[in-house]
Amino acid sequence: MNENVLEKLKTLAESAKYDVSCSSSGTVRKNTPGGIGNTVGGMGICHSFTEDGRCVSLLKIMLTNNCIYDCAYCINRRSNDIRRATFTVQELVDLTIEFYRRNYIEGLFLSSGVINNPDYTMERMVRVVKELRTVHRYNGYIHMKSIPGASQELVNAAGLYADRMSVNIEIPTEKNLQLLAPEKDHLSVFKPMKYIQQGMLQSIEERQKFRFAPRFVPAGQSTQMIVGATNESDKDILTLSSALYRRPSMKRVYYSGFIPVNSYDTRLPALKQAPLVRENRLYQADWLMRFYEFRADEIVDDAYPDLDLEIDPKLSWALRHPEMFPVDVNKADYSLILRIPGIGVKSAKLIVTSRRYGKLNAYQLKKMGIVMKKAQYFITCNELPMNTINEVKPEFLRKILTETKKKKGEIDQQQLSIIFPD
Amino acid sequence: MIVFFYDKTFEGFLTAVFDAYSRKIFPDKLLGEGSIAPMFMEESYTVITQEDRSARVWASLQKKLSKTACNMLNYVWLSEEEGSDDLLFRYIRKVFDNVHSIEMNFGDDDVLQIHQLAKKVAKEELYLKQFIRFQKAADGIYFAPVSPVYNALPLAISHLKDRFSDQRWVVYDLKRKYGYYYDLKTVIEITLTDDEHLLTGKLNDALMAEDEKLFQELWKGYFKSMTIKERINPKLHRQHMPKRFWKYLTEKQ
Repeated sequence: MNENVLEKLKTLAESAKYDVSCSSSGTVRKNTPGGIGNTVGGMGICHSFTEDGRCVSLLKIMLTNNCIYDCAYCINRRSNDIRRATFTVQELVDLTIEFYRRNYIEGLFLSSGVINNPDYTMERMVRVVKELRTVHRYNGYIHMKSIPGASQELVNAAGLYADRMSVNIEIPTEKNLQLLAPEKDHLSVFKPMKYIQQGMLQSIEERQKFRFAPRFVPAGQSTQMIVGATNESDKDILTLSSALYRRPSMKRVYYSGFIPVNSYDTRLPALKQAPLVRENRLYQADWLMRFYEFRADEIVDDAYPDLDLEIDPKLSWALRHPEMFPVDVNKADYSLILRIPGIGVKSAKLIVTSRRYGKLNAYQLKKMGIVMKKAQYFITCNELPMNTINEVKPEFLRKILTETKKKKGEIDQQQLSIIFPD
Repeated sequence: MIVFFYDKTFEGFLTAVFDAYSRKIFPDKLLGEGSIAPMFMEESYTVITQEDRSARVWASLQKKLSKTACNMLNYVWLSEEEGSDDLLFRYIRKVFDNVHSIEMNFGDDDVLQIHQLAKKVAKEELYLKQFIRFQKAADGIYFAPVSPVYNALPLAISHLKDRFSDQRWVVYDLKRKYGYYYDLKTVIEITLTDDEHLLTGKLNDALMAEDEKLFQELWKGYFKSMTIKERINPKLHRQHMPKRFWKYLTEKQ
């Protein structure tokens, strides 16, 4: 460990930061005697937050940022003139352990540029995780990228040590991927995904027969798509996500608002700002699919192929379907309550358990944390009838709810001021 | 107004519950011994903490409540909020006076408040797990100062013990002046008599292990490089990592 490592660390962190995956959840592992670390599961722990508000849970780092590919959207493409560096296996292992001991990180996120060929790179990465798990008896979280095009044997070897693996799709349609990264295709992405899934399902089956059969990628796999670099609509993106979520091993799809890192490339759109609002709306839609029992075709369809940037997708769905409302919170099914704008998963559960004791009124709902500003137009409860969406009309309701909050001290335009003569 | 005075311990509090039921008078307010009595006090009673009584109340609570709810009571107690003992008392009365379990009745104000306060303390516990930063001292002990809003340190200890089981560490609450030391086998509670030099939360360079400075530099360098400048969002940054933790965070120095 010396100053040299600091330079390498900075360079390789710069190169790795555009990968958005960060979660450290999905699996529980207790520490072993003489070992270091554990994995808590549940929510996962974020140890720090960078100034852009993204969490630093794992030591997100690349083994090397040398790469044989020339993908237009990637900062590490071979034609870019940037500082290149490569960690030795030992350096990376030491860094992980020492950072972990100081409670800086929850685990390791290992990614890499492709050197020589996919298998050569993958083999080096496997050596890092193997050393952590076997030599240092490290029980913290490990997220490992699978290099597109790597062989099944190496994926299988990695899966025994990693908690989660991921292969990034990056561009949702094959056609656009060909345009931006002519050396890659979707097959090279979906193949390792299949290997991971096979290994995982096999391990689950074996563990039902033999209690101590090894676990294989217990926290499943994730993937990432870049949003706004190509012309796909939100419908294309969400349809692909929902297809991915139908696979038993796929736990998360991440959306990364495109940041023009290679602005000289004319194949890419010229953006002033990364499409942050769109990225946020996509995540909201993703949550609707995973936790709110929505289908992708309910959120976006041919008539509305893109998400509304002004209002969130759940409210947008509710405004398009006034016939579903008002919902009686004291009687309706849990799945219907989940669809009310202003009520989340936690509030919905609170409502369902509490209403067995007595009818709930608006005051109690507000106390429980329901956003009545939105919800009041979509519910009936133990209260005198109020104006619901059917009386107010969706167009007007949209206007009410999107009105920007008046800032403190701002003068109401419609209020006449009293002028006192001096 | 009926007032009970007790010694501000959890056992004392449970004894107060026992005494209230056995004497059939229920306090409107619980106060610590020696605090000033309110102006309109009709009756007062001083609770003498008795282990057997508190144990009986706790055992019967465990019978009537789920494990989660019992934990919640513990969390609320550790909040040390003004009036949280009155809240607990009202809650426990509702538990004993109802035939059916009330713990899921979030339409009830006390049940909801217990739930919400327990959640706040749990959040503080999570903050500890997130933002504790160990500094390695020259003798190989990892030291971390904290000052949580609620007394959540005891809740995080089992996690730390499991995770850092092969290194000796000290976590010290500078606000409440106590901490825990793990000696590779067990965790013991400690109080440092001379903690003046720790108040800044930073170890002296003389006390620091040789390579500690280097790893701090490495972590700071890494943290800086991870920021994407096109996406800077200070408000979100502060929302996730409130300013009160910054003084102990290596990367924010």
